[in-house]
Amino acid sequence: MSATAATMAPVAAVFTPAGATVLDCQLQKVFYGDFLAVRDSNVPIEQGKITGFIGPSGCGKSTVLRSLNRMNDLIPSFHFEGHVKYHGQDVYGKKVDPVVVRRYIGMVFQQPNPFSMSIFDNVAFGLRLNRYKGDLEERVQKALERAAIWKEVKDKLNKSGLSLSGGQQQRLCIARAIATEPDVLLMDEPCSALDPIATRQVEQLMLELKERFTVALVTHNMQQATRVADTTAFFGVDISHGGRTGYLVEMGPTRQIFEDPQEELTKQYVSGEFS
Amino acid sequence: MALNPFEHAGAASTISGPPSEGDYLGDRLFRAVARACAGLIIALLLFILWEIGGLALPAMAQHGLGFVSGSTWNPGTQEFGVLPEIWGTLYSSLLALLLGGVFGVTIAIFLSQDFIEARLAVVFRTIVELLAAIPSVVYGLWGIFVVIPLLRPVAGWLHAQLSFIPLFATDLSGPGMAPAALVLAIMILPTVAAITVDAFRRIPYKVKEAAYGMGTTRWEAILKVMLPTASSGILAALVLGFGRALGETMALAMLIGNSNQINLSLFAPANTLASLLASSFPEAGQIEVQALMYAAVVLLLITLLVNIAGLGIQQYTVRKFEGKV
Repeated sequence: MSATAATMAPVAAVFTPAGATVLDCQLQKVFYGDFLAVRDSNVPIEQGKITGFIGPSGCGKSTVLRSLNRMNDLIPSFHFEGHVKYHGQDVYGKKVDPVVVRRYIGMVFQQPNPFSMSIFDNVAFGLRLNRYKGDLEERVQKALERAAIWKEVKDKLNKSGLSLSGGQQQRLCIARAIATEPDVLLMDEPCSALDPIATRQVEQLMLELKERFTVALVTHNMQQATRVADTTAFFGVDISHGGRTGYLVEMGPTRQIFEDPQEELTKQYVSGEFS
Repeated sequence: MALNPFEHAGAASTISGPPSEGDYLGDRLFRAVARACAGLIIALLLFILWEIGGLALPAMAQHGLGFVSGSTWNPGTQEFGVLPEIWGTLYSSLLALLLGGVFGVTIAIFLSQDFIEARLAVVFRTIVELLAAIPSVVYGLWGIFVVIPLLRPVAGWLHAQLSFIPLFATDLSGPGMAPAALVLAIMILPTVAAITVDAFRRIPYKVKEAAYGMGTTRWEAILKVMLPTASSGILAALVLGFGRALGETMALAMLIGNSNQINLSLFAPANTLASLLASSFPEAGQIEVQALMYAAVVLLLITLLVNIAGLGIQQYTVRKFEGKV
């Protein structure tokens, strides 16, 4: 039964975005040790758009996101079959240093994680790391303005980043991530630790950011996906292998996923039958 | 019985009820014991200060502040001054802190930042902590029979080639500042390393993630993110290590040479307050004992000041880096 289920296991129809693809991500199998965490997920990230990843917990959406800038390399047992290509270049190429990948593909995490240093130094961190020679203060201000937090912190740039509230810390982290103008910004449930007002601000921010950046967003909140994402990828959990393996069920324009899903599972999920 | 206005309010089948008289008694008893223990600590500290201060009082009255600025210690003429000992205490402790601090923090980074497998790190850490279990007198003996003979040729060469540098102005003839500071550094190493490892361990995983997410190399992550994040804990480690070095007695009494002089040279013999106390008490007459008590008060004050200053700096770092009170 399980063998048939495994071979019969559904695979999502390939989605081809209308615009240019920044990240061509095809993950056939992703393992943590022997555990198959994700299978058959072909998730192209379109340039200048927000791509949302939704699905129940354990569906591998974070794993897929973290594969894009090699954050999973921090977990020693991680390995995968497939490829991730960034502007056509293999992100996992033998000679590619993950450090370089992460400088081009920035990340904002679930928990706000500012460094224990001043607000200014937090934002200037990436600039200094990349030995930016220009006007540091101007860049820091610009990033803080873009992250919609400049007005709140402009008089206390020397205060510790950790002295801010949770929502402010998260916007500070976004400022830190965008100060170096990375091409792509990965956001892993950036609002899950935030209150509704801060969430609203961060969502607003994402919509502004997509003018300049490509954003991939993992969210547990379907409404958030409908509010900000242009394209939505829905992941499901496949228990036919014995473990809980995540896989891509359906990917398409957000409107289509929520209003006219092609898959039964997607229909059930977006109508709130399970979560 | 305690007042229970809800006795008839709940459903008839409820098992809930108020704590018994005995439970409340236990509470009161526990509070009393805890308070008594806390009070006893303060009383003990005050008692020690009072007793030593009382014994030192005659010497304080006689020598006044001249005791701190004088540099002769001669029971025969009843001249007592501890400036060389104060110098020796601070100099040896600072040297030890410099060596042991750098070494200890480096080891802590090695043990806590995934350079070796977790299980191996535990073994390694236990070995480092075992250094603290070696008795002081054994360190002294080891210093005399191993460190001094090892240092002698190095010291001789440094003195011959670089004697224009004040640090190497004299030759090492046996016991002296360098072997004392070196052994002292090894003695404070476990303290510094263990507390620094804990400081690194307390850093949440998300901080490491944030650093790597910004595209730092491992070295940049440790130096630019982990180190400032752990700074208040590292400072605490250094303060504790320094405090331990200031008060260390036996090994220093055996290694420093017990010589009343102020010399920048690493190879000159010197003396510290603690080793002065240890080596002079057995043969001291009444007058000298009073002077030694005065010296003990000076040592106490120095350690107290260092610890208070250290705590102050640590609090400041916590505020500055972590944004907390």
